[in-house]
Parts: sequence; structure tokens; C-alpha cells
Amino acid sequence: MMTRRRTGIIFFPAFDWSISITHPEREERLLYTRDQVFEEGLFDFDNIFEYSPGIASLSDINRVHICVPNCDSVLTETHRISAGGAITAAEKVMEGAVDNAFALVRPPGHHAMRFVYGTRGFCIINVEAIMVEYIRRKYGHRRIAIVDTDCHHGDGTQDIYWHDPDTLYISLHQDGRTLYPGTGFIGEFGGPNALGTTINIPLPPHTSDEGFLYVCDNLILPIIDEFQPDLIINSAGQDNHFTDPLTSMNFSAQGYAALTSRLSPHIAVLEGGYSIESALPYVNLGIILAMAGLDYSNVREPTFKPHEIQQSDAVTERIKRDVAVIYQLWKTRHEQRRDVIADKSTMTRKKTIFYDTDHITEKQVETVFMCDECGGLVTISSSTGHHPPVYAVIIPGRSCPSCRRRGKEIFHRTTTDDFHAIYLQDREHDVFCVKEDKRCGVTETASPTTTA
Amino acid sequence: MILGIDVGGTHTDAVLINGTTVIKTAKVPTDLSNLFNSFLRATDTILSRVEEHHLDRIVLSTTISTNAVIQGKIDPVGMIISCGPGCAASSLLLPRHTVFVSGSIDHRGQEIEPVDSREITAASKHFSTRGIHHLGIVGKFSTRNPVHEYMIGDALQGEYDHISLGHRMSGNLNFPRRIATTYLNAAMWRLYNSFVDNVRSFARHRSITAPIYILKADGGTFEISQSARYPVGTILSGPAASIMGIMALSPITQDAVALDIGGTTTDIAVFAKGVPLLEPRGVTIEGHKTLIRGLRTASIGIGGDSILSYVNGTVIVGPGRAGPAAAFGGPSPTPTDAMIVLGYSTAGDRRTAVASLATLDPSGHTTPSELAELTFAAVIKGVSEAVSSMVAAINNEPVYTVHELLAGENISPEAAYIVGGPAREIAPHIEKGLGLPCVVPRNAEVANAVGAALARTTAELTLRADTEKQTLTIVEEGVQTPITKRFTHDIGVDICRDKLRERALKMGSYREDIQIELTEDQTFSMVRDGYVAGKNIRLKAQIKPGLITRTEESNIA
Repeated sequence: MMTRRRTGIIFFPAFDWSISITHPEREERLLYTRDQVFEEGLFDFDNIFEYSPGIASLSDINRVHICVPNCDSVLTETHRISAGGAITAAEKVMEGAVDNAFALVRPPGHHAMRFVYGTRGFCIINVEAIMVEYIRRKYGHRRIAIVDTDCHHGDGTQDIYWHDPDTLYISLHQDGRTLYPGTGFIGEFGGPNALGTTINIPLPPHTSDEGFLYVCDNLILPIIDEFQPDLIINSAGQDNHFTDPLTSMNFSAQGYAALTSRLSPHIAVLEGGYSIESALPYVNLGIILAMAGLDYSNVREPTFKPHEIQQSDAVTERIKRDVAVIYQLWKTRHEQRRDVIADKSTMTRKKTIFYDTDHITEKQVETVFMCDECGGLVTISSSTGHHPPVYAVIIPGRSCPSCRRRGKEIFHRTTTDDFHAIYLQDREHDVFCVKEDKRCGVTETASPTTTA
Repeated sequence: MILGIDVGGTHTDAVLINGTTVIKTAKVPTDLSNLFNSFLRATDTILSRVEEHHLDRIVLSTTISTNAVIQGKIDPVGMIISCGPGCAASSLLLPRHTVFVSGSIDHRGQEIEPVDSREITAASKHFSTRGIHHLGIVGKFSTRNPVHEYMIGDALQGEYDHISLGHRMSGNLNFPRRIATTYLNAAMWRLYNSFVDNVRSFARHRSITAPIYILKADGGTFEISQSARYPVGTILSGPAASIMGIMALSPITQDAVALDIGGTTTDIAVFAKGVPLLEPRGVTIEGHKTLIRGLRTASIGIGGDSILSYVNGTVIVGPGRAGPAAAFGGPSPTPTDAMIVLGYSTAGDRRTAVASLATLDPSGHTTPSELAELTFAAVIKGVSEAVSSMVAAINNEPVYTVHELLAGENISPEAAYIVGGPAREIAPHIEKGLGLPCVVPRNAEVANAVGAALARTTAELTLRADTEKQTLTIVEEGVQTPITKRFTHDIGVDICRDKLRERALKMGSYREDIQIELTEDQTFSMVRDGYVAGKNIRLKAQIKPGLITRTEESNIA
């Protein structure tokens, strides 16, 4: 027997926004979902409530991202509404208006990393991360689990939370050897201060309901149970569907509904999913009904034939094997962390990030200071062929005094002789400063504010 | 001359209007057991034999269908429903005699599963053994493609007194509401039609040739023979009459609110630039959520005769009514008594009013005039808060485009129009409570009848063109016709306007009243496999509620 819950829906299909006329992220994307949701009369149900999205403020965005050169130059109002929709969903849950909420918004966000020069994988800003940091700022929740069920690896969310031991980021996705963005392997397991709070579960092509639910029951739920988050967020991408044109998975609307029901997220946020006519109306309906604790047994795609999309025994075996390996990694994360850190005081990684939509190649050098007290101070230098190099100092949320002191020092010491701009993102005090191009002054400051 | 009649729950009001002047008014008590008689009595009271032959039109707002639903005087209906994939059938509120059949249509109007004719025969047998003579047929997504509803209807034609098809109720999507609306239409069909027959034979008998119109929930009218097919459109016309009356009696061009203060409740309506707002999804009657377009009203349980209680230094007003005010022989104190005690009204017996208010605080610590102050303040506060929250709800209504969200056209009332029993006495105080200038229209006591008399015909039409499937659908008219791939949005708009004009004329509209506006205008490129496969054009046009043009320039005095 399912428990009936009060569910909030923030439905913002952005019927007048697209990346380009034939792009998967186009006006038509949620049209048939709208039709299905309206025809089912969902907004008349006494436990389903529709809310208008807010608009995320620049402070909300600067709390998570470093947009180069600034927010206004890289994103549009549409992105701010999409993030604002996720924030509205969070507010409704946090303030008790509803038990859980689903932000059915577009464009998506999970490929957007900490630095933003342009669009990657249809995303510019990370809608969930902006929401999560808003929740931390306004309501003080610390431990948050994000389960990303989009078919593509959420490399943006992973990047943002790589060093954050308070955010458990679990991504299950089609194996990066066979799909964009080509990352998300088991060995990507979090930064040295946060080892184990990034979990990647690559799944073989043609995984069906059976495989997804196995992973949920035998890996995701046990890890969440041990992590003890205050909140569970679902990045609810819908492109694992058997009709999705961009991917090769065999997940169904029934499967999505069952997964949602087991995961029981406080907040779900739509990510990808581009089978707009054959999948989205049914998957979205299934997710909404599951969140509201209503009967979803009659949600069925017209083309659904379970025996035709049944995963092979080989797929089942591989999933079982990987689940065992990943769970073992999780169990031994503390020992591994000791070994990785040994006696190092900092660790540096070099990254090349490609913005596929805007054809920008970014090179980053990221340094994290080893710290037992907090996520550790992070500094990043970044450059592209189009932009002169910039530098960022990121003081983590819940920062320890020594990381904070060191971060301030580095920010003051670094001059615009070497970098076009120097950014300071102080997550704990919610301050964002920029020193720009030899004019040694703060030109942009984000104060601790909420959404517009 | 125009005769307007409002058969309300308590009184039946009639007005006779010549040009822009109310030349006569009449009020008779309503006989709820025979509403046609109430109509007759009002007509006889107001109309001379001479005037009968100078009538240009008669408009009737009647509580008959509303009353039938509330009192359960409606017929059993056999409902044949095809549910298709989606929400479980158990989540639907279903009429008692419902049979589910196979057959489903998807969101684009494509057949997913055919109808099984054996199931139709079996359903009909099931109904006939239960003596059911009225049928409702509803399919999920039938507004996208009504073919299944037609097939079932055709198969059973002649076996029933009446069959209502779901897609004819409204062009809007909402399957549960379509079920409720279709059910009500079939359930009230017989009763409503006998009323229509009576009215028409009365007109014939008196040789009245003026067209007869009926008021709908959206404040528009339709010709009586049209109403006979679509009786559910006449539910909740009472509040609509009152709002149209306020419009007729005062020129409203700005954002405004209207308050109708009754004995038990106060009804609130909102105008945007002088046009009354409609319910976004449809009106609700006795728990039936319908697709019927209706004026958006909020009703709060505060009225002149509301019951009062005094708890911990606070007076609580309503909800509910025990009888008239004590000053008029009622059983207990009411807001009307408070107004009499405070000297805002000189009617009734003031001494009884004082005595009744005193009973609120048996300890005697609070004086009757203090209690009257508290009561009156609670009324003003309750009404003001309800107005604010209704305006806030309207301004928070979701929109689905970036443009609309950023444009954010918010309602911000500049005036309040007040009708109802204590309107004149209470208006100066509401003015303070709301911080808005308040207007009490003249002839407010017959506002409903005036509103009915002068309301224009409203209509709406939904056009959908799918150039990939090469079909055009106008569901309210049951039109489904092939188009070429070259069909454009502009052609669609022209067709939509033409068809709405035809529809409005058929419903009895005057030519000069046909001002068409597009309420939905969206064109989507449908992309399949990376190519634009066609256009999905979605248009909705309406003739919005308003007054007939011939009286609009100068207001009724």
C-alpha cells in the first residue's frame, strides 16, 4: 500500500525557448507531457499542487558557478527560470507546503561544471547544484544526496561536488565508453577530502527495468542508508527510456515510476530525455504519480512490449559484478582516503573540458588543500583559446579557519598581472568577489540574498 | 425593448429596458418547486400586453440546472468510458452506472487500441436492464480525435432519449472533468428540456416572436434552442448574472473587484481592464469539477445574516446562517444587527439588535456596542483578506512561456463595485479596509436581471492543425478534415475566426458583437529524426464576456 503524499509540481516547459529549431532541447520538448498531464487532470487532484517558478538571482548562481567573464554574458533569463523552478520546488518542500516536489523545468543542468564559459551537453548552469546551495544557505541542511538517473553521466554535478564530503553524488548512466560525455567510470570516486561521496555506476547498453531496480535496491539505497542524508534529490533524466533517440537503454515508464517510488526523493528535477512523444508523457506521469503515492500501474507507453526490451543474462551478470565492486569501494573509502592522501598537503589535477555546443576547449589546473576539518580550499586556474587566463579561489561551505585564512591570503596575493580576473567564491559566507584586469578593486559582489 | 429575468434561489427579478433606461422592475418570490411558474409570474407582473409585442429580446438567467444538481433531481445516466493508459481508473470519480470499454487514443489523436463493438452491445444491455434512458460517452483524448465517441454514439443511436458526447462539452483537455461535464449534461437534459418547452410554448401562446436567450456560467448568452442541447452550460449562471449586472450598471474599464454581499455569503469577482476573469479550468458544482467556462468567483461564508460567536475577545463571523437578523425577528445576532447598533443602518428594531448582541458575551464585560464594533471589523477584515488572496491567486497562475513569465501582467484592482443587501451602508468601510474607492451602482437590487438582459453571446473555438498527420480538428464543432503539408498558421487563424463567427451567429450573437480574440496561439515545429516533419498549430479563439454593443456606450441608469 502506497502512502499518499502532497506533491508540488513546478511545470515550466518554456514553450518559446530552444537551442535551435531542430535541437533536442526545443520548444516542443514538453508539449506532449503537458497534454498528458492536463488530460489526466493531475492539477485537480487534491494532493497535487502546481506552482509558478521563481527566477534565480545572480547571487544564487554565483554561489555555485564561476561564469566567465560573468553571469549575464553566458546565460539567459530562461536558465534563471529553470534554476528558479528548482528553487521553488525546494522552498515548497522546506516550508512544509508539500511533502515532495518535482521541478519539470527546462533547460537541464547536470553537465554544467563549476566554471562556465558556455553550453555543454545542452546545459549552461547546474540547476540542481544551485538549488542545493540555496537550500544550504536558507535552511541550513548539510548532508544532501543527489541521485542522478539521467542516461548521461552528470559530469557537471560531479565536478561541482567532487571535493564536498557533505554531498553524496550518485550517478547511474549508460557506460561512458558508449555515450556522451565519456566519463563516469567506477574509479571516479571523489576528491581526496571527499573520497567515496561521488559514486559512479556505469550500466551496459540495453539495461532494462530489472537492472535499474537491482542497482537501486542493492547499491543506491544501502549507500544512502549509511550516508544518512537530510535530503534526497533526484536528477530525473528520462533518456534511459527504450524509445530515446540519443541513447541505448531499455528502461520503461513503469520502471521509472518504481525507481522513484523506492528512492522516495524529497525533490526531483527534470534533466534530459528526448523521446518527447513516446516516452516523456508517460515517464513524467509515472514519476508524478509515484511521488504523490498514487497508483501508477496503468501508466504504459503505447509501444511497450516488456519481452522485447528484456535485458540479456550477460547484462544482468555484469551489473551484479559492478554493484559488488562499487559497494566494496564505498565500504573501504576511509582506508583508501588515508592511502591517497599519505603525507601530501595539496593535490592537483589537470582537466580539459570541451563545451560541445559552443566549441570551446577549456584547460584547468585545480588544486585542493588536504584537510580533515572541511572539504578543503580549492584553487583553479583556467583558460581557453578565446579567453585570457582567470583564477578562482573557492572557500568551501562549513570551512575550517585555516582553509579560510589561506583562501583569503591567496586571493589578496594573486594579482591581475598574471590573470585577467581573479574570483573569490566564499561558500560559507555567501560572498562572491572579482578582481578584474588591473583595476584592483572588487567589481562584483554578491551578498547573501535569496531569489527575486 | 429588452426583458431580463433572473430566476434566483429566493427571488425572481425582472427588468424591462428601453434603450439605455430601466423602465420597470419587478420582484416576486421564487417557487423552487416550479421555476417555470416563477418565470411566468415575473413576466406577468412586469409586462403589459402592449409591451410584449415590442420586445427585441428576452434573456433568462435561471437556477433550474443548478438547482437540479443541488437537489439531486437529475436522471440516472449510463456512462460508457474508454480510459486508455495513464492514471488508474480507480482515481476517477465515476457516476454510478459506468461501463469501461476498450479503445484508446493518444495525445496526438492517434488510435492506440480500437473500440470493440461487442463491449458496446454488452454495455447497452447492462443499461437497458436498469431502465436508463440517457447516455454519456467519454474517451480519454477524445478532444484530440473524437472518432471513438462517434462510433459508440452511432452504434447506440435511437436506443436512448439522449446521448451526450464528451468532446462536444469543451475543446479543453481534462478527462476527469470531461466525464463529470458529460454526465451532468445527460443527467439534466430531460428536466432542462421540459423547462425550455414550457418557455417556448408560453412565447408561442402569447405570440411573442422576440428571440429568447439563456444566460451561461461565463456571463454570455445563447439562444434557447442551442441551450437545449447543452444544458450543462447554464449551471451557475446566477453569479454570472450578478457580475454582468455590475458591468451594465457601472462603467468598468480598469482592473477592479466586484463584491456581491448576500445573506449567507459574499461572492467576489475580478475584472482585468474591465473584463471579468474566467475560471482557468472550469466551474465546480456540488463537488463536480466541470469543463464549463464560468466567471471566476470566490465565495466566502460572510454575509449580512451570518451567525456570530465570541471566543477569547474575538468575534467570529459565519460560516452559516441561522435566520434573518435579530432586528428583523431572527433567532440570533448577525452582522446586520451590528450595523444597526452602530447606526450605519436605520432599518429594523434597534433595541432587539442591541439585546441580541449582548448575548454574545454572557459575562457582560464587553458592551453590545463594543461587540458590534468587533463584529463589523471582523466582517471588513474577512472580506478584505479574501479579496487580497483571490487577487494573489490570480497573479500566481502558472504560465508556460519565458515571455509571459517575464512580462508578468499582474492584476492590480483600482476600484471595488459592491452590490447586495447592505452594499450602500458597508461600502465606505470596505473602502478603508481594501484601500480602494468603492462604488455602489444604482439599481443594484435588480443587477442580476439587468446583467442577463444585456449580456452578449459568448463562444469559444479550439483549432488544432497537425501538418505532419495532415489533419485539422475543430473539436467543438466535431470537424476533422484533411489539410495539405503547406497549411500555415495564418490560414489556421483565418479559419478559426471564420468558424467562431459562424458558431457565434448560430448561438444567436448579434453581428456587431462578434469581437474575436485569440486566447491561445502556439505553433510548434515537430522534429523527427533531426528534420522538421511538420507544424503543430494550436489556436483557441473566444468572444469574451461583455455587454451587447447597442447599450454599451452609455450605461444603464
